[in-house]
Amino acid sequence: MSAHTHTPEDFKPRSREALADPRLRANFRATMDFLVERRAAQFADPAEYARLRDLGEAIRRHALANLPELLEQLERKLAQRGVQVHYAETIEEAQEIFAEIAGCHGARIMVKGKSMVSEEIGLNQAMEECGVECIETDMGEYILQLDGDRPSHIIMPAIHKSKEDIADIFARHIPGAGHTEDVNELIGIARKALRRKFGQAQIGVSGVNFLVAETGTLVLVENEGNGRMCTSVPDVHIAITGIEKVVEKLEHVPPLISLLTRSATGQAITTYVNLITGPRRPGELDGPREMHLVLLDNGRTQAYRDERFRSTLQCIRCGACMNHCPVYTRVGGLTYGTTYPGPIGAIISPHLQGLGATRDLPTASSLCGACGEVCPVGIPIPELLMRLREAARHPVDESGHPPLRGQGAAASQLERLAWKGWRILYSNSRLYRIFAWLATRLRWLTPARQPGWTQGRTPLRPAPHSLRDLLAARRREQAALQAAAPSARRSGAGTG
Amino acid sequence: MITSLKQRRARDNILSRLRAAPQSAQEAVPDVAAYYREAPVVTAGSKVERFIEQATYWHAQVVEAGVDAWPEAVLKVAQDKQLRRILLGRDSPIGDALGRVLPPDWTTWYQGDWPLCKPHLFDEVDAGITSTVAGIARTGTLVLWPGAAEPRTLSLVPPVHIAVLFASSLHETWLDAATVGNWSARMPTNVVLVTGPSKTADIQRLLVYGAHGPCELVIVLVHDEPAGRGTT
Repeated sequence: MSAHTHTPEDFKPRSREALADPRLRANFRATMDFLVERRAAQFADPAEYARLRDLGEAIRRHALANLPELLEQLERKLAQRGVQVHYAETIEEAQEIFAEIAGCHGARIMVKGKSMVSEEIGLNQAMEECGVECIETDMGEYILQLDGDRPSHIIMPAIHKSKEDIADIFARHIPGAGHTEDVNELIGIARKALRRKFGQAQIGVSGVNFLVAETGTLVLVENEGNGRMCTSVPDVHIAITGIEKVVEKLEHVPPLISLLTRSATGQAITTYVNLITGPRRPGELDGPREMHLVLLDNGRTQAYRDERFRSTLQCIRCGACMNHCPVYTRVGGLTYGTTYPGPIGAIISPHLQGLGATRDLPTASSLCGACGEVCPVGIPIPELLMRLREAARHPVDESGHPPLRGQGAAASQLERLAWKGWRILYSNSRLYRIFAWLATRLRWLTPARQPGWTQGRTPLRPAPHSLRDLLAARRREQAALQAAAPSARRSGAGTG
Repeated sequence: MITSLKQRRARDNILSRLRAAPQSAQEAVPDVAAYYREAPVVTAGSKVERFIEQATYWHAQVVEAGVDAWPEAVLKVAQDKQLRRILLGRDSPIGDALGRVLPPDWTTWYQGDWPLCKPHLFDEVDAGITSTVAGIARTGTLVLWPGAAEPRTLSLVPPVHIAVLFASSLHETWLDAATVGNWSARMPTNVVLVTGPSKTADIQRLLVYGAHGPCELVIVLVHDEPAGRGTT
């Protein structure tokens, strides 16, 4: 449930477990194929897609280039609309803000729409510790919360559960729910149970897809209607998101939403697009009386301050990169042990949690480039993965950039020595010749088990002859041939 | 107001870190209008026809009606679906016309403060009827503009949502609707774009309607466009 129960440190052992689970792999494969096809149908015309993607990228880059100014403009607009803005540098600060607001209202129940940033700050657990029940209302997230499980995909959180699993979970945890495997009935049970909670909750929590600086508007897309419930029914609405989600103008939103929903689930538009601009005004009969926006940093300024990593923050959280990732499809989302899994997780998590914990994640890629190709806002994900791998291996950055948190966490003395040796060998021809001579003669000494390599591949072993030797041998052979048949060559040349 | 010193400091730290970062080369200002101008032109059918096709695709039920007979069309929907407890906005622009046609014992006017309404709204209403400020042909989307006249929950909580849409308010894209309607200068507390009934595919990717919002969306499309159905 919280970001802290799973950790990215044991990514490798968990990948092995996941790979050995045929049901999990089948679930993921089928879902990813489904999402990949749905997206492809939406972007059937590559030229149109390229134009829309360029526009989306331009909008996000323009927003990031002016981020501090846009945040200030947003803050002013929101203040005019009566929305209280809170900044949090860390997860703990964000939790405190929630606890304080809940305390002010004596809240016991919070209903929450789908929000990845609330997962990032471990909101449910933090609220539980203050005696507030924080209820997930997205159907997928609700199922997981009942079962004490975690989301495995940012758009389809419960894809690792079958309807039989869910039937059991409901029968066990929802009072009065019978055992049924009919999907319509299952959703009906959850709908009824959650409606009661919407009516009781004092506070509604939501995420945000985009913030519009010009108007002070929060944009929220969804299919289920729980986002509308959480932001309309309780007396207090708290929205939480990262500082990077702001765009300048309202007109920038339609193209981004088009890219987001088509990339995420292959829908031209979601059922609901909410544009929320402040709490209820005089005369209105519903809507929250009080509204808060929590803007979280938690490492985002680290990605921002270094231009080589800034494009990480262009992300609109569609999940297309994970749907198309051969590694993610095989190991599943839970394996990563981070709030954001897959390729986007591998490039954002090192900034949020430091490279110490996340050093293996950038290596969880074959660099096939699919993630970069399908990214609707043009984030060069493979390049960023390479840069993070480099940062994890080198404690000091030679280009003079300030070090990342956990920089050099994967540095290895042995590897450094190996490269040093390689450099000496390859820059000294006499040494190299001796090395090649020895390597080809002593090849029978190479071990059959080579850690890190032979787990999935045949052992590396030098060839019996070096290229230099082979070429020399061939030259000798040709010379011998010429010497043996001079007349044949001469007559051949004459008739040509 | 909750603005502790700590949060003030957090804000200043974050903004100063952002300002200290090297400036990226000035990014081009995105030209959204140019993209839509050059986007492939949809020519199949009129705007009305495209709207109906899209809305139907998204599982909304579209009922067409003439400019004088639409309240009767709403009544017929209520009769066919046996909706006996219908909620309406007190000052809704369509309230008067509907009040004259719908049987009084079927209708309830949304009024009073929210805590008093909650149980009634959640458990005792069959349908909510709202107006719309615009429709979007390309995606079959309704634009709702809830406010004092039509509360937000009117189109959200009842299991059936009936929306009255005037064909003259159809636009091709939602950028058009926002530009023509000058939204950015007059944003209300809540604008909702609605495309079909509430839905989820969270269990094994199987599509189910009526997740948290309405299970059914009925659009009464009023043909008030000057040249009838042929206009684009």
